[in-house]
Amino acid sequence: MDRTGHTTLAQWTAEDDAAFADAVREFGEQQALGYIGTVPDGPGKATHVRELPRDADMVILRRPIAGG
Amino acid sequence: MAEALPELATVPWRQPTDARWLRRWGRIWHAWTLLYTIPFIAAAVGMFLLDPLATPVALAALAHAWIIPELYAFRGASVVRPKTRGVAVAQAAGGARCAATHFQGEQVAQGLLGDLLGHDERELQRRTGLALERGELGIWLVGQGGALLVTPERRRVHCFCVGASDPELPPSDRIAHLLLALRSDEVGFATVANHAFAGAAWRVRRRLPLPMRPALDAARRAAE
Repeated sequence: MDRTGHTTLAQWTAEDDAAFADAVREFGEQQALGYIGTVPDGPGKATHVRELPRDADMVILRRPIAGG
Repeated sequence: MAEALPELATVPWRQPTDARWLRRWGRIWHAWTLLYTIPFIAAAVGMFLLDPLATPVALAALAHAWIIPELYAFRGASVVRPKTRGVAVAQAAGGARCAATHFQGEQVAQGLLGDLLGHDERELQRRTGLALERGELGIWLVGQGGALLVTPERRRVHCFCVGASDPELPPSDRIAHLLLALRSDEVGFATVANHAFAGAAWRVRRRLPLPMRPALDAARRAAE
């Protein structure tokens, strides 16, 4: 999620190793910029991930939150 | 077991904001409200009984007893008020739907947020600007820069000030950030957020912008 609403950074399938490797590299770069990986797990649930899960349907990168 | 929210590392000194913590702080806020209200009421009654000519001063004391809790409630309700003038104008004109035309990326962000919400919650968010989320601690209403929590006993609302760290995000993205953090770790989310106020739901409702009040009504019904 970013200032444009959201941007698709990478797409992969579980069978496509090259695409997944690209996605892992992109995920790492975004983490270095401070983004946090989150996998929506259906209604009311989400999981914070430190590594890109190969079998996830979608991983959303969000900025950290803080008390205002 | 779900992983804790990474942002907890920024507030290591805080106790976890769990149900017990919320009950305790709810009682403290209640006691605090009585503590600064009752002396003004007692002074007003005393002045009137001592000398009816002091009625104007007694009325002023009563006004203090009413206004001070209202100011605290205003502070609490302000956590979900739109923080930028553009959004404030848009919401005054008719809800979150109008905000879409004022922010670059808002249409796209609204689509993503809609995907994260169920049908009823999506409609409520578009009408009121607040996303309703059912949690273990109660019913949450998540706004752009804060969240309200209606506890299960329905009488009390806790107000939390919390936001995404990028101020340039479109309004719906700001809500989506908070929603994902809340869903990842509810207690962690409440711990990272700054607790601004706890008080009666009716008191907070009076201080919410008019378009947001149906969201609090829906949260109270859901908390029953």
